[in-house]
Amino acid sequence: MNYRLGIDVGGTNTDAVIVDEQLQIIASVKTHTTRDVTTGINQAITRVLEDAKIDRKAIKYAMLGTTHCTNAIVERSDKLLKVGVVRIGKPATLSIPPMVDWPDDIVKAVGGQVHYVTGGHEFDGQEIFPLDEEELRSVLRNMAGKVDSLAIISVFSPVDRSHEERAAAIAREIMPGIQMTLSSEIASIGLLERENAAILNASLYEVARTTAQGFRDALAEAGVTDALMYLCQNDGTLMSIDYAMQYPILTIACGPTNSIRGASFLSRRENAIVLDIGGTTSDIGIVQQGFPRESSLAVEIGGVRTNFRMPDIISIGLGGGSVVREEDGQIRVGPDSVGYRIVEEAMVFGGSTLTATDIAVRLGLADIGDKTKVAGIDQAFAERAHRVIMDMINEYIDRMKISRDPMPLIVVGGGSILAGGEVEGVSEVVKPVQSGVANALGAAVALVSGQVDEVFSFENISRDEAVAQAKETAAANAVKAGAERSTVEIVEVDVIPLAYLGNAARIRVKATGNLPGVNAGAQPG
Amino acid sequence: MRLLDQQAIDDIALGASLLGSGGGGDPLVGKLMALSAIKTYGPVRMIDASDVPDEALVIPAAMMGAPMVLSEKIPNGQEFIRAFQALGKYLGKEVYATMPIEAGGVNSMVPIAVAAQLGLPLVDADGMGRAFPELQMVTFHLNGISASPMTMADEKGNNVVLEVINNVWAERIARSVTVTMGASAMIGIYALTGEQLKQHGIHGIVTYSEQIGRTIREAREEGENPLVKLTELTGGFRLFRGKTIDVDRVIRGGFNRGIAIFEGLDEFRGSRLEVEFQNENLIARIDGEYAAMTPDLICLLDMETSVPITADALKYGRRIDLLALPCHPSWRTEEGIRSVGPRYFGYDCDYVPVETMAERRGLA
Repeated sequence: MNYRLGIDVGGTNTDAVIVDEQLQIIASVKTHTTRDVTTGINQAITRVLEDAKIDRKAIKYAMLGTTHCTNAIVERSDKLLKVGVVRIGKPATLSIPPMVDWPDDIVKAVGGQVHYVTGGHEFDGQEIFPLDEEELRSVLRNMAGKVDSLAIISVFSPVDRSHEERAAAIAREIMPGIQMTLSSEIASIGLLERENAAILNASLYEVARTTAQGFRDALAEAGVTDALMYLCQNDGTLMSIDYAMQYPILTIACGPTNSIRGASFLSRRENAIVLDIGGTTSDIGIVQQGFPRESSLAVEIGGVRTNFRMPDIISIGLGGGSVVREEDGQIRVGPDSVGYRIVEEAMVFGGSTLTATDIAVRLGLADIGDKTKVAGIDQAFAERAHRVIMDMINEYIDRMKISRDPMPLIVVGGGSILAGGEVEGVSEVVKPVQSGVANALGAAVALVSGQVDEVFSFENISRDEAVAQAKETAAANAVKAGAERSTVEIVEVDVIPLAYLGNAARIRVKATGNLPGVNAGAQPG
Repeated sequence: MRLLDQQAIDDIALGASLLGSGGGGDPLVGKLMALSAIKTYGPVRMIDASDVPDEALVIPAAMMGAPMVLSEKIPNGQEFIRAFQALGKYLGKEVYATMPIEAGGVNSMVPIAVAAQLGLPLVDADGMGRAFPELQMVTFHLNGISASPMTMADEKGNNVVLEVINNVWAERIARSVTVTMGASAMIGIYALTGEQLKQHGIHGIVTYSEQIGRTIREAREEGENPLVKLTELTGGFRLFRGKTIDVDRVIRGGFNRGIAIFEGLDEFRGSRLEVEFQNENLIARIDGEYAAMTPDLICLLDMETSVPITADALKYGRRIDLLALPCHPSWRTEEGIRSVGPRYFGYDCDYVPVETMAERRGLA
């Protein structure tokens, strides 16, 4: 028997789960996220392995979904590297400088070192001007010692990446060993968003390195020596740990994706609303065909606009620890919360703060702590407070729904006891057992992917044939990466015309599939 | 007269991108250019067409070319000023004000950036009431006003002045210059007197863009879907809801051209929408039948937020609502249909107003 170990690091909890080949949960634990993150991961791995009582060498895959990178950006961590931004395209582009609409503190955190170099390409692959290598060398010499990494962005590099590649070669000469991100490797047409992603990526190398090292060490220490290691991506797929160290920005927001996929998997519902109620906030998302519905807005990470595909999530200030109070005859719940101090401050635990959890216990929706401690709460008051909680939930569910037709509602998370009684506009309310580890399970059941990024000429082959061929190659790459062929699906197709090659286009396709050992009957839906 | 501040510019950019009907360029790039200009030079004064003296010279400022190029090759910033000042100098007359030539994400913003940098007022009027792909597709052309002399400038420092025999030649020559400049050029065109502007301009278009933008923004802030209010405000029709399943596009002859295909959702499940575009959306067919056509406005909106989507931002999997709006009455005249109707763009069909087609489909 082979096993998988899935770990999810969230803002409050670090969860771990071990599943077998049929993706049945063998063991699961929930621990607190620690300030340094890594200690929490160690604890979770140690405890889940103790519970599972399996041969540790039988764990063949270990997946980590982590907020390390997101947190570093959102908190403007001092672990962010100072990035030298080299934008190649002068005299074009000068009317909008790099990072112009970023919050000041994140600009400061990544160093704000911006340089322009003459060069870049037109849409048809002609040069705007040849790359000015002398100018580039002087820019790089100027930055040597002042920056930790580089982000190199050239105009129209998705069409012709030669200036970025040449600049990288020169940078390696002048700043030996420096890590750098070439924008054409991580995103497509749209200079500002691609540039933002490249700068953030270049600032995250150190965070990624310590995360990967911590994960490796934790597994080795626990005796898990035969596992392939992966990090989770925002689109519900896995990256090898080496790949993730090159492209750490792709780990951003994998938590919500894992939560939604895990909830869907646990409840065997492929199309549903997912409500994840935590201690302080609740997230509402939609799962469609087993994948999160994507936000079609440009996604901001710590105030920085990017064009990554992210799950469409609404967060509301409602959780198990939300403070309940009455002001001028109006009951209000949250947005403030006692958070992780709930075990001391909530009334059911002997504290003196009235929380949403106390209301649920008073109404018999849950049996937590000492229910005699909330017996004194007036029944009518508790019912009114619960009405307020349900009104908040109903309002946001309604907002997320696309149509009036009722859909199933899956409720997960530590605060799921709050969602009792009537929920409007849903066909059923599903509260899966073990819902507390939906995120870690989402990591354990994440998919592997295969990509194609190639230029096709339409001289001897039609566009449709080229796209079909690219899809086939992407699917084959997913299989090569470990996916089972029968589960492979195409999830992304991007065709960029290249006028300068006559009738030709750059075609990017992404395919995903399940790792082997999965009994098809165990999949959701 | 009023001052345009950041909020006004945000709303105008959002509303104008709806009137851009798929074209008009990336509203983000246009907006960031306008915002960084007012940050440096101070807010812009906006005046009504009736405030412009009859003899005064007004020059519209615009970007010409493929919008996708602009989101990648962002302007230098000086090329607007060069194109604009070159035309004033050529005419030997003091420029009183500038204005947009069309409504769209970029071309509603470029004149704001120019007005800020040169300290000129912006006139609340344009020559289209929407966006169109070619230079002669303006109400001024329908009324015999010459596009030339016109000026063009690129970011490399090249300036071109055109004197041409008519406005169709202005389009042809300027288009090939634009391609040579890298499929994106800044232009000064259709120099007007105050009197001509008052007679032939589409007045109040900047304010109208702002109203549309505000409607979308406020509905989103309230957590409501703006579609109902938008159809009320614009007299438009919601014709389709669906998911993008293919986008085939190519940059040819200085335009983004192509076709996007959508699969129906909700009450449109089982139906299929095709939208053809040449920078702007030109034709919408539902299950093979025409549902809306140029010069009426064919607008694709993000299904969740009702934020307008330009043709170059359409992606596989994107969910949309199709909103079609009747165009300005100037375009429904015989000369208007000849200039911008379906036959001009090579479609073998007569123009049918969107409200007539909506009525046939039982939607009106």
